Amino acid sequence: MLLIPCPYCGLRDESEFVYGGPARALPDMDAQTPEAQHSLYRPINPRGPLRELWYHSGGCECWITLTRNTITHEFEDDLS
Amino acid sequence: MGYSALSLMGHAFRGNTQWPTLIAAPDMRTIYDIVIIGGGGHGLATAHYLAKIYGLTNIAVCEAGWIGGGNTARNTTIVRSDYLLNGSFALKHFALKLWEDLTQDLDFNIMYEPRGYIDLAHSDGELEQFELRANAMRLRGADAQILDRSALKARIPLLSLDMDKRFPVSGALFQPAGGVVRHDAVAWGFARKASQAGIHIFQNCPVTGFDISDGVLQGVQTAKGHITCKQALISVAGESSAVAGLAGINLPLNSINVQACVTEPVKPALDAVVNYNVGLSYLSQTAKGEFVLGGATDGYASFARRGSFERIEDVLARAVQMFPFLSRLRLMRHWSGTADITADGNAIVGQTPVSGLMINSGWGYAGFKATPAVGHQLAELLATGILPDLIAPFALDRFALGAEQDDAGIGPYPWLH
Repeated sequence: MLLIPCPYCGLRDESEFVYGGPARALPDMDAQTPEAQHSLYRPINPRGPLRELWYHSGGCECWITLTRNTITHEFEDDLS
Repeated sequence: MGYSALSLMGHAFRGNTQWPTLIAAPDMRTIYDIVIIGGGGHGLATAHYLAKIYGLTNIAVCEAGWIGGGNTARNTTIVRSDYLLNGSFALKHFALKLWEDLTQDLDFNIMYEPRGYIDLAHSDGELEQFELRANAMRLRGADAQILDRSALKARIPLLSLDMDKRFPVSGALFQPAGGVVRHDAVAWGFARKASQAGIHIFQNCPVTGFDISDGVLQGVQTAKGHITCKQALISVAGESSAVAGLAGINLPLNSINVQACVTEPVKPALDAVVNYNVGLSYLSQTAKGEFVLGGATDGYASFARRGSFERIEDVLARAVQMFPFLSRLRLMRHWSGTADITADGNAIVGQTPVSGLMINSGWGYAGFKATPAVGHQLAELLATGILPDLIAPFALDRFALGAEQDDAGIGPYPWLH
């Protein structure tokens, strides 16, 4: 079970969250096709630290960005 | 040497001490025609069909771990072809036809048991959607039936049909040809047959790099030495991003953990594969009597091969909704594997931007059922250079072209598939 360090609520259980995938830069609304494709499908699949989004639906209802290691599942963000 | 009743008796008289090893341990050559990276079911099936149909045996299979240690032996052994989209259906249905004769073809008992696959619907709307899928399957030559509640009661007497549940069962899609196949026997059977044909299989032999000049593959670097080859196939499931990355190819994949577990063995109680559709929980009973359970992915990116208890709890809660007696069984084993999932939840199979380098990835947690068909079709691609129709819909460039194969209609979020 993941304990996710929400910056507003502290360490909270994984079941309170919805996963939002890797944090990526969104394209401009009027971006050209290749640019829009790139931002949508550009692979972000590292073995190791990954910046990703979580939605704290069962808590503060904020979208938060955290760094987690995909091999160990450890969060690198420090709440203190 | 083939297996027969005579050889079985002969070995029994010798105390079963002189069985030959399944896979030869040859020395690595410096030149092969084709290098297959990944000794899972898909890679080994490709090797087998290259030898069987095209007579090509100057082939090396490089497996980073051991044969039968990856996702081929980590899935829940289910085979079926109840897919809506033409491309998805055709490949998996061809696989079902191959599964039927594979035991004879490989001279190795893979224990294909067409017990029937039962997909439960939990509302009238969902059942109507299943009708659509069943009709699509029938139009393309497969047998599919819709079971109402009384037919379901007759087919699966122990299934709970109580209406006072949060998600009561309203009916089911039934595919009689669906069932189970002993998964590790598939890896061993293909490996043994390919090895007998003269194909070299190397275990504990990860690939560490590719030689590419002017966009053309020249060779592959492995832990056991350099191999010069004109063609190579990457078929490494959860590690696809990393291995394709060595060749400078960025695959639109996310690696996600999938878990499964088995209960203690009990007397025969369930002779079909049953799937609970609200959030997924699928189960079947093995020949030994254990119930095998699996569910959805853990959801978040992971290479850990271990997941959250939350998902196990989820899968078990749903299984108990279907079969309340399961609550009294203990779990014996639990494991997981790394699945590579694409933005449309379907596989990436075929050529890559590097000439001579083929890819087979993105099968997520749905690749086992397609194993022989993928091997058969990739063998044709490697031997003839012509892209077979069955795998053409799964080309890498479909994401740029907007030709996604999204069976569930979920959209471009890998963690939702």
